[in-house]
Amino acid sequence: MSTALIIEQLLNGLQFGVMLFLMAAGLTLIFGVMGLINLAHGSFYMIGAFACAAVAAATGSFWLGLAASLAAAAAAGALVELAVIRRLYDRDHLDQVLATFALILIFSEGTRWLFGSFPLYLDIPQVLSGAVDLPGGARYQLYRLAIIGVGVLVALGLYYLIARTRLGMRIRAGQSDREMIAALGVDIGTLYTMVFALGAALAGLAGALVGALQSVQVGMGEPVLILAFVVIVIGGIGSIKGALVGAVLVGLTDTLGRFLLPKLFAAFLGPSEGATVGAALASMLIYIVMALILAFRPKGLFPATA
Amino acid sequence: MSRERAINLLLAGLLLSVPLAALALGELFYITLATRMAILALAAVGLNFALGLGGLVSFGHAAFFGIGGYVAGIFSSHAFNQTPLFSWPFEFFGSDQMPAIWLAAMLISALIALPIGAISLRTAGVYFIMITLAFAQMIYYFAISWPAYGGEDGLSIVVRNGFPGVNTAVPLIFFLVCYVLLLAALALFALVRDSRFGAALQAGRQNETRLAAVGIAPFRIRLAAFTISAAITGLAGALLADLNRFVSPSMLSWQMSGELIVLIILGGTGRLFGPVAGAMLFVLFEFVLGGLTERWQFFLGLILLGVVLFARGGLIGVLAGKARHG
Amino acid sequence: MAEPVLSIRDLRKSFGALKATDGVSLDLRPGEIHALIGPNGAGKTTLIHQIAGGITPDSGEVVFLGEDIGALGVAARARRGLGRSFQISSLAPEFSALRNVMLAVQSRQGSSFRFFRPVMKDRSLTEPAMAMLERTGLAARANVPAAELSHGERRQLEIAIALALGPRAFLLDEPMAGMGPEGSRALTAFLDGLRHEAPILLVEHDMDAVFALADRISVLVYGRVIATGTVDEVRGDAEVRRAYLGERP
Repeated sequence: MSTALIIEQLLNGLQFGVMLFLMAAGLTLIFGVMGLINLAHGSFYMIGAFACAAVAAATGSFWLGLAASLAAAAAAGALVELAVIRRLYDRDHLDQVLATFALILIFSEGTRWLFGSFPLYLDIPQVLSGAVDLPGGARYQLYRLAIIGVGVLVALGLYYLIARTRLGMRIRAGQSDREMIAALGVDIGTLYTMVFALGAALAGLAGALVGALQSVQVGMGEPVLILAFVVIVIGGIGSIKGALVGAVLVGLTDTLGRFLLPKLFAAFLGPSEGATVGAALASMLIYIVMALILAFRPKGLFPATA
Repeated sequence: MSRERAINLLLAGLLLSVPLAALALGELFYITLATRMAILALAAVGLNFALGLGGLVSFGHAAFFGIGGYVAGIFSSHAFNQTPLFSWPFEFFGSDQMPAIWLAAMLISALIALPIGAISLRTAGVYFIMITLAFAQMIYYFAISWPAYGGEDGLSIVVRNGFPGVNTAVPLIFFLVCYVLLLAALALFALVRDSRFGAALQAGRQNETRLAAVGIAPFRIRLAAFTISAAITGLAGALLADLNRFVSPSMLSWQMSGELIVLIILGGTGRLFGPVAGAMLFVLFEFVLGGLTERWQFFLGLILLGVVLFARGGLIGVLAGKARHG
Repeated sequence: MAEPVLSIRDLRKSFGALKATDGVSLDLRPGEIHALIGPNGAGKTTLIHQIAGGITPDSGEVVFLGEDIGALGVAARARRGLGRSFQISSLAPEFSALRNVMLAVQSRQGSSFRFFRPVMKDRSLTEPAMAMLERTGLAARANVPAAELSHGERRQLEIAIALALGPRAFLLDEPMAGMGPEGSRALTAFLDGLRHEAPILLVEHDMDAVFALADRISVLVYGRVIATGTVDEVRGDAEVRRAYLGERP
C-alpha cells in the first residue's frame, strides 16, 4: 500500500466529511434553535442538486447553477418554514417526524414529476477539472479539494456568524431561552425563517457540489440525511462544533473502513471471503462507532449546555 | 358498548368481509389486498407497543420487519435447496413450516432489538428517533452488502411456506392465517395495555419522573416493550415475505420505518385498532390513488400533512372522539 | 438518641461557578418532622433531588436506614422507602387519581413485569389505592384524570401517592405551595399525624406551617446550613434572623 493511496483515501474521507458537515450544520442549527427534527432536510439537498444540474444544463455555466442551487434551496426552505414548519414548533417530535416525512414524499414525487425518473448529470466546471500533485507522489482531483475548501470556508463563516454577528447573538439567545429572545423584541418568526432558510441553503450547496461527482436523482438526499443524523448524534445535537468533529469522524471512518477492512480480512480469510466480510463490516462501521460513542457519552461528544 | 368499541368491531368485520366478497365476486386480487392490510396492521400493532403505549418513537422498526422477512426467506431457501443453514452444533436445514419460521422470526427480531434498545433507550426524544433510524440503516446496508442471500436483489421464496393441516397456497386461507394472527396480537395488546406492565409503560410515556419516583425504573420497562414490539413486527415481516414470496432490502429501508409510523398515525395514536384503521386506509390510498396516478405518493404526502396538521386523532379520533383512559 | 433514619454527610454540588450545595450535613430522626427552610435559590430543591437520586452530588454521602444509597437511581431509592412529593405536581396526567396511586401500590408489591391481569380488576391494587385516596380526602375524585384535578387536589394526590409507597421516610417539597389558607390548615393537621408513620423532611415556605409542625429546623442559605435546632433555637438565632427572617438586630 503506497503512501499516495493512503493520502488519497484520507482526502476522500475528508471530502465526504465536509459534505456531511454542510448537511449536519443546518440540521443541528435548526434543532438547536427551534427544537425541531427535520426529516425533509434531505429534500433541500436534492433540490440544490437538481437546481444546479438544470440551470447548468440550460446556461452552460456551473457557477450559475451553483447560485441557483443556493437560491432554490433557501427559497424552498423559507417557503416550507412559513407554510408548514412553524405550525410544528409546539408539537411533539412524533408530529414533527410525520409532517416532515410527508414533505419528503411531496418533494420527491414532485421532483420526479418535474424532471422525470432519469438521473441528471452535472459536469465538473472547467477551472476545477484535472488533478493536482501532492507530496508523496499522490495526485488528487482538484474539484474534491475545492469541496474541502468550501467546507472549511463554511465552517469558518458559521463560526463568525454565530460568535460575532447580531444574527448569531440572536441565534445563541434563542438556543438558550426562547422567551428571553422574544422579550428582547426580536421578531422570532423572522429569525426562525432565516435560520431555516440558511440550513436549507447549506444542504442545497452540498447537493450541488456532490451532484458533479455522482448522478443527480430523486431519493439522493435521504441516505445523506441519515448519515447527517449519525453525525449530529455523535457530535451532540445543537452543537456546530460537534457537527464538524462528528462529520469528519464519520467521513474518515466510513472511507477508510471501506478501503482497509476488506484488505484486512482478506489477510485472514483469503481474498474472496475476506473482501465480502470486510465490505459488509465496513458498511456497518460508522453505526458501530456511533453505538460505542453513545454507550459512553449518551449526549454525544459535545453536548449543548441546556 | 362504547363508540370506539363499535368502530373496532366494524373495522374487524370490514377487513374480514373484503376477501369473502372478493371470493364471491371472483376478484381474487382483492384477497391479496386484504391480506396486505392485515399484515401491515400486524406490523403496526407491534410498533404500537413501543410508540402508542410507551411513547417511544422508533424510526427503525423496518429493521425488525425486514429481519422477519429474511428469516422466512432464508429458512425456506435452505429447506427448499436442502443445504444446511448451519452445521454446528447440529445440522439445520431451515424450515418451510410457518410455525417454526414465525417463532424464529420473533426470537431473532427480539434478540436484535435487545442491544439496539439498550443503547437507544439510554437517550430520549430526538436522539432516540435518530438512533433507531441509524441502526435500521445499518442493518439495511448489511443486507445490501452481504451477497449470500441475494444482496441488493433480494431473495425469492419459491413455494409459499406451509402450515400444518391447511393449504396456504389458497389465498383465502393465507388471509385467514394472517387475520387470526392480527386478532391475537390485538388481544395481546389489549391485555398488556390494561396490565401492570402496561400501566408502568404508559405512565412512563406520560411522566417519566413520576414513574421513577414511585420506584419503577423506566428503562427496563421500555426495553421490554421495545423487544416485544420488535418481535411482533418481525412476525408480520415473515408473513409479508410469504405473501409476496419475495424479500428484499427495501423491507428494511427507512421509508418502510416511516410508513409503519404513518399507519399508526393515520388510524389514531394510542388506539387499540389505530393500526388496523391506518393499514386499511393506507392500502386503500395506495390502491385507489395508485390506480389514478403514478404520482400517488405526492398526494399521500399531502393527505398525511393534512392529518398531522389538522386531524391529530387520526381516523378513529375523528370517528370516536377523544381517547379515554381508566 | 435513636439512630437517624436518613443522614446526609458533607454533600456538595456545583453547577459551574454556582455552589448549589456546599457541604450540607443533616439528619432525619425517627418520628420527627425536620423542616428545611431558606430563601429562594438557597438550594433546597437541589438538595432534595440529591437525596432522591435525580441529581448526583459531586461528593458526600447519603445514608438511608444504615445503607449508603449514593450509587442508586431514583427508582431504587424509592423502593428502599423514600417517598417524595414534588414542588410542582408531577403526575401521570392521563391517568385517573386512582390509577396514579395504584402505580405506587403496584411498585410496592414488587415486579411490574406482569402482562396479563387487568389492573382495574385487581383488588389488591384498587383497594389500597382507594384507601389512600380516602385518607387524603380525594375519594370522591378517584376517577378524574389527574390533568383535570384542581391545583390543591393535585397536591393532595402527590401526598396520597407518597403514602401508598409505605415509605420509611418522606421527602416533601413544598406540599403547601398554592394551597390557600384552608387547604394549608387541613394539610398541616394531616402531616402532624403522619410523622408517627415515618419521619418527614419538609421543605416549606409557609412559616406558620413550619413553626406548627417542625420538631427541628435547618436553615439553608447559599447552599450551606447556617443553623439547625428546635423552633425556638432557630427563631432566636441571630444569624438566621439577619440572613433569612430579614430582621435587623
